[in-house]
Amino acid sequence: MLLQVRGTPSLHQSQATLLSIFSQEYQKHIKRTHSKHHTSEAIESYYQRYLNGVVKNGAAPVLLELANEVEYAPSLMARIILERFLQEHDETPPSKSVINSMLRDPSQIPDGVLANQVYQCIVNDCCYGPLVDCIKHAIGHEHEVLLRDLLLEKNLSFLDEDQLRAKGYDKTPDFILQVPVVMLCLLAVEGHIIHWIESKASFGDECSHHAYLHDQFWSYWNRFGPGLVIYWYGFIQELDCNRERGILLAACFPTDIITLCHSTA
Amino acid sequence: MVLAHFLGGTVCFGRKMQAGFHNCSPAPSTLSPAGGYRAATARQRPGSSRESMGTARTAGSSRAPPQGAPEDGGGGDSPPWAGARRPRSAGSPGRALSDPPNLSNLEEFPPVGSVPPGPAGTKPSRRINPTPVSEERSLSKPKTCFTSPPISCVPSSQPSALDTSPWGLGLPPGCRSLQEERAMLRKERSKQLQQSPTPTCPTPESGLLLPSRTGSLTVEPADPARVSSRQRLEVVALVYSSCIAENLVPNLFLELFFVLQLLTARRMVAAKDNDLEPSQGTLDSLESPLFQSIHDCVFFAVQVLEHQFQILSYLDKGTLKLLAENERLLCFSPALQGRLRAAYEGSIAKVSLTMPPSAQAVSFQPETDNRANFSSDRAFHTFKKQRDVFYEVLREWEDHHEEPGWDFEKGLGSRIRAMMSQLSAACSHSHFVRLFQKQLLQMYQSPGGAGGPVLGEASDVLNMLGADKLGRLRRLQERLAAPPSSGGPCPPPTFPGYQGFFKDFILSASSFQFNQHLMDSLSLKIQELNGLPLPQHEPADEDGESDVDWQGERRQFAMVLLSLRLLAKFLGFVAFLPYRGPEPPQSRELQDSIVALRSQVPPVLDVRTLLQRGLQAQRAVLTVPWLVEFLSFADYIVPLLDYYRSIFTLLLHLYRSLVLSREGEGEMCFLNKLLLLAVLGWLFQIPTVPEDFFFLEECQVDALEVDTATSERGLDSVPVVDQQLLYTCCPYIGELRKLLASWVSGSSGRSGGFVRKITPTTTTSLGAQLPPSGHGLQAQLAQAFFHNQPPSLRRTVEFVAERIGSNCVKHIKATLVADLVHQAESLIQEQRMTQSQEVGDPAQLLEILCSQLCPHGAQALTQGREFCQRKSPGAVRALLPEETPAAVLSSAENIAVGLATEKACAWLSANITALIRREVKAAVSRILRGQGPEPAARGERRGCSRACEHHAPLPSHLISEIKDVLSLAVGPRDPDEGVSPEHLEQLLGQLHQMLQCRQFLCPPAEQYLAKCSVELASLLVADQIPILGPCASHRLERGEARRLLLMLLSLWKDDFQGPVPLQLLLSPRNVGLLADTRPREWDLLLFLLRELVEKGLMDRMEIETCLGSLHEALWPEDFSEELETLTRLFLAELHLPEPQQRACELVQPSRGTVLAQS
Repeated sequence: MLLQVRGTPSLHQSQATLLSIFSQEYQKHIKRTHSKHHTSEAIESYYQRYLNGVVKNGAAPVLLELANEVEYAPSLMARIILERFLQEHDETPPSKSVINSMLRDPSQIPDGVLANQVYQCIVNDCCYGPLVDCIKHAIGHEHEVLLRDLLLEKNLSFLDEDQLRAKGYDKTPDFILQVPVVMLCLLAVEGHIIHWIESKASFGDECSHHAYLHDQFWSYWNRFGPGLVIYWYGFIQELDCNRERGILLAACFPTDIITLCHSTA
Repeated sequence: MVLAHFLGGTVCFGRKMQAGFHNCSPAPSTLSPAGGYRAATARQRPGSSRESMGTARTAGSSRAPPQGAPEDGGGGDSPPWAGARRPRSAGSPGRALSDPPNLSNLEEFPPVGSVPPGPAGTKPSRRINPTPVSEERSLSKPKTCFTSPPISCVPSSQPSALDTSPWGLGLPPGCRSLQEERAMLRKERSKQLQQSPTPTCPTPESGLLLPSRTGSLTVEPADPARVSSRQRLEVVALVYSSCIAENLVPNLFLELFFVLQLLTARRMVAAKDNDLEPSQGTLDSLESPLFQSIHDCVFFAVQVLEHQFQILSYLDKGTLKLLAENERLLCFSPALQGRLRAAYEGSIAKVSLTMPPSAQAVSFQPETDNRANFSSDRAFHTFKKQRDVFYEVLREWEDHHEEPGWDFEKGLGSRIRAMMSQLSAACSHSHFVRLFQKQLLQMYQSPGGAGGPVLGEASDVLNMLGADKLGRLRRLQERLAAPPSSGGPCPPPTFPGYQGFFKDFILSASSFQFNQHLMDSLSLKIQELNGLPLPQHEPADEDGESDVDWQGERRQFAMVLLSLRLLAKFLGFVAFLPYRGPEPPQSRELQDSIVALRSQVPPVLDVRTLLQRGLQAQRAVLTVPWLVEFLSFADYIVPLLDYYRSIFTLLLHLYRSLVLSREGEGEMCFLNKLLLLAVLGWLFQIPTVPEDFFFLEECQVDALEVDTATSERGLDSVPVVDQQLLYTCCPYIGELRKLLASWVSGSSGRSGGFVRKITPTTTTSLGAQLPPSGHGLQAQLAQAFFHNQPPSLRRTVEFVAERIGSNCVKHIKATLVADLVHQAESLIQEQRMTQSQEVGDPAQLLEILCSQLCPHGAQALTQGREFCQRKSPGAVRALLPEETPAAVLSSAENIAVGLATEKACAWLSANITALIRREVKAAVSRILRGQGPEPAARGERRGCSRACEHHAPLPSHLISEIKDVLSLAVGPRDPDEGVSPEHLEQLLGQLHQMLQCRQFLCPPAEQYLAKCSVELASLLVADQIPILGPCASHRLERGEARRLLLMLLSLWKDDFQGPVPLQLLLSPRNVGLLADTRPREWDLLLFLLRELVEKGLMDRMEIETCLGSLHEALWPEDFSEELETLTRLFLAELHLPEPQQRACELVQPSRGTVLAQS
């Protein structure tokens, strides 16, 4: 990375950071090529290759090899073939929820061979598929828990996402501080007010950060004022350019925090 | 045109004075800056050119009788401008001293607000380039605002255009002021001609001496001893001052500005081609010009200032200082200087700026913003998006609006309109308008500045920096950030700073729906704020305690007033937007038809009633300033409509009645009056207000006095206005200071840049007051109780009642309703148990639940009463002074309890059932969606023992590990790949640890782990996991496999808290794994099934059903048979007394043969 990356330079962390960056780059690649694999010609040709393959040998990893060959995520290839398969066998096109449910539990797929092929794709996919989604979700959740514990440890009272949702908030950061704090920054005299904290268990690259800004961070600011985003796997330093505007970035829980003092008068 | 208008004015309302004036004032016209500007400039058009000016000015006066017509009104007096009648010959500059100064010379005596050239620049370019008028009112005609220099640019080809204008009609012919104006114009033109090479008009006139304010000239010392006609000047000054004092001039501050201009004139300059023959020897006669030297000018100015000392003493400290330090003033009147110095030293009216407001978003408030406030999910989500778009647009505006070439419409217009169409489609305009309006108000209430977001917000950081340094920093920031000028003593209505964003937003949105909702909302808020029971000052409270209250009240008043002005400004802008045109209708017929059309349109807000009520209740000081803002956006037709005309008349009467020198019981406070005079004077200068209105309107002062006499002491007599507020509302008053400062700095005009716009400092929020609620005798008694108590008591009680009532509702929600929701949840769970997972129709379920639970809502009222009873007295006690008499205290407590209970119970009895329904409905859908119970309820299950240090591996790590094992098992893999049995064992051990700790576990992760563990079991049973190690077969040893299965069974039974999809073990796919192995091994499956039943994880029936459905799948012949056998065996075993023993015996001997034996 040419750009300066901010993060904790521990061995474990740097490996996780690299994994996160890899995953993001892979996702960008998939996004770029997504449409190419979804033309009707492409779908038809994949489906034919799949059928030919399983007729020859149903136990061979036909679908997985096909996905690798065309450089597409195996889970997504499995989805394409499954959709195509169901279209052929049912009159009505399958609903998204049916497909998702079958991908989550391939034993629901009516064709045993296809079920095995799909399952193989899912367990061998490193970036997509329900299993990976679950892992990502779990990682996100674990960091939220970590953050929650840090907040509790610092005696900062907060409302979490669930509580906010229960109250009917339309946009919910991970935590809203019930009493704002000031975060002091290294080598800077001034501090920054923080009303909310969002935990991101990923690396903050340009692409994802801009998406988050648009979908989440500015929305939080619009409702709750300035706040802090923690990219646990580091971020590109240059992205931390909205401090004055009220979006702060950090790679770990801030150490220098000033809380509102209650006067004893 | 100060004195000129004065003369005109006397025709209508001051006949006595008129006579006196005419007898003593020969040359008033040359003095006139203000009215004259207006007369000329109101007709100015954009794109003026130098050539057109001379004629234009003539055109401007074309209403007056033709030249040479006999004058009336003055009884055949000599024309007021001395030079006009005099025969002239070329150049006699030597006579300069006796010539009257031509104060109307624009170059030498620049008009109010114009920009003089720098020391080097002598070219009077300002005459052609009018002061840039704010583009804010690009839609309305008054491009030509009264702030521009008095140059009219109406093309000479259309001089008649103005004759037909409605404003020209009805002016008495031969009105002196117009005569004078014309004379002035003529002089003006001659000056033009002298400078211009085109001699279009051969009537050079006036070689007058002119007081000059041009900075390049050296200052001519003024000497009191050389005043030419002291007595005459004294008399004129007296009359002039009386006019000012009696409010017979349309704008008080314009006159003061003029007087200060005279005071600071640099020297007299002779006009060229001076052929004026002064009537020598008759210097004191009426024929001679009033100002013959700089000494005369200064003398006159100082005379007037002496008369107006009272007003001066109320100006801000900076102005007073500059006045007191003015050497001319000292020289002409040491006494006045002494008084000014004393006033300066005694003044505490230091007007300061606050930081420019920063963009702070309107916070999300669940009470008004959550889903329950929207008609549909779609409306809710649309609004959610539009809120973000709004701020995105605002941020972009902040970033770019100062860049040259950036255009609001081009940059943001399409996005704003897209937003409007979204809002229209979702019917969410009212929500958006609330956001819009709140944001608008907030921009002007929020502390903190763009320069440093921390300042003003984090007191700790401020303390760290040190208050002193911070104050300095702040002053520096003020200096740097302050707007350079407010645009002359009579600037047009503008939208400074963020207001510009909101204005452009409205214009770009061009949405009828939006505008309508905005007007509704603004009107409502204005009425609400205008009706706010602002606390009245308690006169001379027992002790100094009231001082604190009093400051707070002032602050609150300022806050309310400024908010009202802002809202009214936007209301006026939007309301009159459709009617705004570049100029008044050209013909009488057209005008009549428009008036007829508009007369039947009801006013957007009944401002007349509000004004009348305000006057009656003596709250003019609150109502009039915002009304003026509203009316300043009126179009040309508005003043012609009966409804609005009556408002203007009322305002004029008010203006006349506000005589500053009148003091006494029941009179309005001085600064309150001054504020009203300033804003009304400003309004009367707005081009859309007929200019002759001020002088023509019949005065019926009695109408006003009758009304006000009836009411008791109102807000008007409370000193709520201070200098800060005065200057904030009327930044143009600061022009006086700037004028004086420019004298000191040696350069005149704007370059001084001392005058800054003043923005509000107050930040208190507008606490909505509880309207007096409750009727009947008790309520009357309560009112009576408050009557003789200090107002703070009432505020306290109402505040406590309001808060406790509201808290009570929240408390009931959190306790009673939450309990009912829990009951509902457990009822659903029960039903799930009994009816095998199937819950049935959600709507029906909801009905059943509600019918069971809603009756409990009745408890809310008793609990609410109890809550208010318990909480209110303490709060009242804490907030009232310790010394409050016991009886008063207990009464106050009781009233607070009563009001709080009333509020809470009214809400609860109306809403409790709906609330319970809503919450239960949310719970039902949550459960049906499989989200599980409320987070709080989940919390009970979550978490490990206190001693746990959460060292267990993370769930994500374990899922990842299991995924690796699964992918190895299903392949593809290299021949030497595999897992060791120890690793598998370790993995299951870690899973156990993690499921014990649960610190980092979330439900989806647990679900997936459960599912993966079942898949792992199936792979174990089918012997599909490639094993590393000594065993050459890469197969797991039998005993090892059982041990692992037992570990899994124990995890399922004891550790997983969510459901484990055990039926997957018998899914065709997982059982089918067995079909591929040779020889097939059924013993592990049988073992597993037995253990499942044994541990109570699945019951026999369930397994039987699963096995039954397995038969339906298509299997190879032999496999079906073996499956059949297994089923039989499993079922048979269960009927035996010691099933597991038997089974073990059966399956143990040797693998592959078990089934054959049976």
